[in-house]
Amino acid sequence: MFHRRADALFTVVTRTAGAVSGGVLLVLAAVIAWHALAALGDPGLSALLGTRWQPSSGHYGVAPLVFGTLAVAALTLLIAVVGGAAAGLAVGWLLPARVATGLRLLLLIAAGIPSVVWGLWGLTTLVPLIGRWAPPGTSWLSASLVLAALLLPTVAVSVDSSLRAVPASARQAVAATGLSPWAGLAAIGLRPLRHGLVVGSTLALARALGETMVILLVAGNVAQFPRGLGDPLRTLTGAIALEMGYASGAHLAALFALGAIALAVVVAILVLAQCLGGDREVVLA
Amino acid sequence: MPEHRLIHWRWRSTLANATVFALTAVVVAILAWLVIDLLRSAWPRLSWNLLTEDPRRAGRAGGLAPILVATAGVLTVCLAVVVPLGLATAIALAEARGRWANMVRASLDVLAGAPSIVVGLFGLLIFGDALGLGYSLASGGLTLAMMVLPVVVRLGEAALRAVPAELPATAAALGLSRTSCWLRLIIPTALPGLLAALALGVGRALAETAALLFTAGASERMPESLADPGRVLAVHIYELAMNVAGGEASAAASAVVLLAILTASQALGLAAIARSRRSRPS
Repeated sequence: MFHRRADALFTVVTRTAGAVSGGVLLVLAAVIAWHALAALGDPGLSALLGTRWQPSSGHYGVAPLVFGTLAVAALTLLIAVVGGAAAGLAVGWLLPARVATGLRLLLLIAAGIPSVVWGLWGLTTLVPLIGRWAPPGTSWLSASLVLAALLLPTVAVSVDSSLRAVPASARQAVAATGLSPWAGLAAIGLRPLRHGLVVGSTLALARALGETMVILLVAGNVAQFPRGLGDPLRTLTGAIALEMGYASGAHLAALFALGAIALAVVVAILVLAQCLGGDREVVLA
Repeated sequence: MPEHRLIHWRWRSTLANATVFALTAVVVAILAWLVIDLLRSAWPRLSWNLLTEDPRRAGRAGGLAPILVATAGVLTVCLAVVVPLGLATAIALAEARGRWANMVRASLDVLAGAPSIVVGLFGLLIFGDALGLGYSLASGGLTLAMMVLPVVVRLGEAALRAVPAELPATAAALGLSRTSCWLRLIIPTALPGLLAALALGVGRALAETAALLFTAGASERMPESLADPGRVLAVHIYELAMNVAGGEASAAASAVVLLAILTASQALGLAAIARSRRSRPS
């Protein structure tokens, strides 16, 4: 029958597309890992394990870059989760529907603001302010504040969408008992709140670890261990973006190693989150 | 409940409300701060000529014409890959059950979170070097496609799944083939949701910067074909802010243009979602 042949072709085409799409990540990881392997030959593993990143004088220690990446991500996550949880609770639980709808739209739009625009704003507005306290102002603190502003809507949208999954009937029943919204939250909202926070902060953490543009513009890009929040730092992603243009030989291989480390950390976090999270959902941000 | 416990609870409730609303107000204030700041510093540079002229003095003066052309070129290549591949994948995932589909979904979800600079490295190695595209709009568009694909597939799948199950069941009972059921029935029904998925994908594509630095390049000359390098809007903002002294006003003006395009595309997507929700009895 003609139907059957057309349907078989349809299945082959869609399944092939599915396999190609699913394979993109594997190819990406394999290519980056393959090129990073060259770094184990030259500059060599012991060089990569050093504590100085100074390619011009042959120092390829990744430690300060890894530390910079983790330091920025940790502080960013702290701010973004507190602010995102508050905004998500306000929109998804506390505010009257009409105000909440407007604010929700605002958060969705904010979640789409490009990182380079936040970075530009950080460089021209926030950095000078922080520079008064710790000149020149491009620093760990600036990077984390701007990144938190960038990622906060993601956390908020995630918390909001989890809270909204609580059935209206359950909410009305709790409201009818005369309990305050907070008591109602304690009664039926804690589990969705936690779920939204876990999903949102995982996404935010992955993006904070992998973000490049904000870092380039406001982190100061000095490859060192920062001694305080006012010190500049360089991250894995920042080093790749800044040095890729002129690197060659061992330096180039080391940059691929940085890429492999960044990719491995982010993939590990996302896979862990998928295993912990259990159910998967689509977050529009 | 004893009187004093009740009062205590109320007081705590008020405090919690105050904290949450204050934090929310700060979030909204920062957004307003960003927008007002950008508009204020972009103001002297905003005019229709901005869209039609070539940049002068490294972008400090003049317009964005080649930048907008490069952005459109990269976006076109990206969508030429993502639309067919993404739609077919979304159909496969909406149809399939079990391990295979879950693995593809998991893989795409992780790809969506991959650091964009690393995807850019891949693009440089594979599209730029191995395929010989060098720094070009084509190389940038293909790299971008890798980043946009997960968004379009996952949201597209959700849109396809939202089509009521009676529809394909009825069609099958009437003897319609599976292929025509998908092409004539399910896809047209899910079209608003699919367009919304595409709009959000376009948003992600326009926002992307790091993946394009070493694939599409940063040349501000007018690209003459997809094989030429070109500087997209987001990269232009970065170059002006970072590498051009006195480029802040132009950077802000470019950011305003980018935000305007983004807001328009997202508004179209959200409107499509809203319309599909209204038209479907639930």
